Amino acid sequence: MIRLSGVQKSFGENHVLRGVDLEVGRGESCVVIGGSGTGKSVVLKCILGLVTPDAGTIEVDGQDVTRVSRDPFLARFGMLFQGAALFDSLPVWQNVGFRLLRGEKARPRREARDIAIEKLRRVGLGPEVADRYPAELSGGMQKRVGLARAIAADPEIIFFDEPTTGLDPIMAGVINELIREIVTELGVTAVTITHDMTSVRSIADRVAMLHGGKIRWTGPVSEIDSAGDPYLDQFVQGRAEGPIETLR
Amino acid sequence: MLRAVAGLGRLTLSLVAEIGRMLIFTLEVLSHLVRPPFYPREFGQAVLAVGWQSLPVVGLTALFTGGALALQIYAGGARFSAEELVPQIVAVGMVRELGPVLVGLMIAARVTSSIAAEIATMKVTEQIDALVTLSTHPMKYLTLPRVLAAMLTVPVLVAVGDVIGIFGGYVVGTWRLGFNPAGYLKNTVDFLETLDIVSSLAKGAAFGLLAALAGCYFGMRSSRGAQGVGRATKSAVVAASVLILAANFILTEVFFSA
Ligand SMILES: Nc1ncnc2c1ncn2[C@@H]1O[C@H](COP(=O)(O)OP(=O)(O)O)[C@@H](O)[C@H]1O
Ligand SMILES: [Mg+2]
Repeated sequence: MIRLSGVQKSFGENHVLRGVDLEVGRGESCVVIGGSGTGKSVVLKCILGLVTPDAGTIEVDGQDVTRVSRDPFLARFGMLFQGAALFDSLPVWQNVGFRLLRGEKARPRREARDIAIEKLRRVGLGPEVADRYPAELSGGMQKRVGLARAIAADPEIIFFDEPTTGLDPIMAGVINELIREIVTELGVTAVTITHDMTSVRSIADRVAMLHGGKIRWTGPVSEIDSAGDPYLDQFVQGRAEGPIETLR
Repeated sequence: MLRAVAGLGRLTLSLVAEIGRMLIFTLEVLSHLVRPPFYPREFGQAVLAVGWQSLPVVGLTALFTGGALALQIYAGGARFSAEELVPQIVAVGMVRELGPVLVGLMIAARVTSSIAAEIATMKVTEQIDALVTLSTHPMKYLTLPRVLAAMLTVPVLVAVGDVIGIFGGYVVGTWRLGFNPAGYLKNTVDFLETLDIVSSLAKGAAFGLLAALAGCYFGMRSSRGAQGVGRATKSAVVAASVLILAANFILTEVFFSA
C-alpha cells in the first residue's frame, strides 16, 4: 500500500536519506527503528509531502504521492508528531477535533466535542483536560493528546513518531496496546517510529531498520533476535560496542 | 577595497532576492483571498489582536506626540511670529504624516513581532506541518486572516490616532499656549481637506498590509530552534519598519507631489 523506492533527501551538505526502499502492506504495522538523527522522521514527512524528496518515488495504493489531489490524500492519514505539535492557541478538545470542525465533512461543534472526549478517553485522558490548553499539560499528556488527534477522524493510515518517548512505562504500555488495538481491530495501516524495544515487540508486524540513509534490515518482528545482522543486533540489544559508531 | 565592493554586491543581491521572495509570498497570500475555505473565526481573533488590543498604545502615542507637536510648532513659529498656526499645522502634521507613521511603527513593534514569533514558533514546533496534515492550508488559516485584519483595522487605528493626536495638540494649545478652544477646533476642521484624510487612511491600509505580511513571511521562513524564532522576529520588525517608512515616502509622493 505504501511503497518508497530510492528516496533521497539532503539538507544542504547533510545527506540524510540515500536511497530508502520500504514497503508497507495494507493493515500492516511496520515499525521503523534507527539511531536518532538517522532520518526516520524525514521518511514520514516525505510520504506526507511535508518534505519533498530529491530523488526516488513514493506511492500510496500505486499512485505517486506528488500527483494526487492533496486534500483527499491527506484525509486518509493521521499523524502523531514527535513533539506532539499541538496548536497552543486552541484548547485540547479543539486540537483533537481539529479535522472534525473544518472542511467539507465538518460536524457540529457539540458532536465534534463528544468525539474528541471519546478519543481522549481512549488515550487515557479524562474529560477534564478537554478545556485546558496544551501548554498546561505535561509532555506525556501532550503526546497522548497528539495521539488522540491522530486517530480522531478514523484515518486509514496512521504514522506514530516516537509515541512512547517521554511516557512512564505503564502509560507506554497503554499506548502500545492502543496502537496494536487500532491496527488489529480497525485494520489501520500503521508506521511507527520508536527507540523502545518493548514497543517494537508489542506493536510491530514488521520491523525496518534505518541506518546510513538506507533501510539496513527489514523483516518480521519474530526474526529480529535471530537475524544475524550486526547492526540490528547492536541496536536491539542496546550495546555500545558494535558496527554503529557512537560518539563519546 | 575590492572585497568591500564584492560584499556590498552580495548584500544587494540577497536583498533583491529577499524582496522578490516577499513579493511572491504577497501574491500567494492575495491569491487565497478568492479561494475558499475561509476562516472567519481566525479573522475575528486577528481583528481583536491587531485592532482592539492596539488601541491603548496607539492612543497614548498619538496623545503625547500631538501635545509635543503643538509645543514645538508654537516655539518654532514664534520666531516668525507664526505661532497662531499651531492648530492647522498640528492637524496636517498628524493626519498626513505622524498619525499613519507612528501607528504603522507601533503596529510593527506590537503586531509584526507577535505574528512573527507566533508563526515561527509554530513552524519550529511542527505545528505548521501538523496543520498541513490536517488538510488546512497555513496560508489560508494563519496568514490571510492576519493580513486581512491588519489591512482593515490599521486604517481605523490611524483614524483614531489622528483624532487623539489632534486632541493632544488641542489640550496643550488651549491649556498651555492660551488658544481659544472654539477657535482651535474651527481652524483644525477648516484647514483639513478630504485628500488629507484619504491619504491618512490609505497609508494605514498599506502599513497594516506590510506589517502583517512581514510578520507572516519571516515567521514562515524561520529556521529551527529558539534562535530561529528570535531571528525571525527581529528580521520581521526591522523589515516592517523600513518597508513602512519607504512606503510612506512613496505614498506621500503619490498623494501630495502635484
Ligand atoms: N527541515 C529540516 N531542515 C534541515 N535539516 C533537517 C530538517 N529536518 C530534518 N533535518 C535533519 O535531518 C536529520 C534527520 O532528522 P530526523 O528525521 O528528525 O531524525 P530522526 O531519525 O531522529 O527522526 C537530522 O540531522 C536533522 O538535523
Ligand atoms: Mg524523529
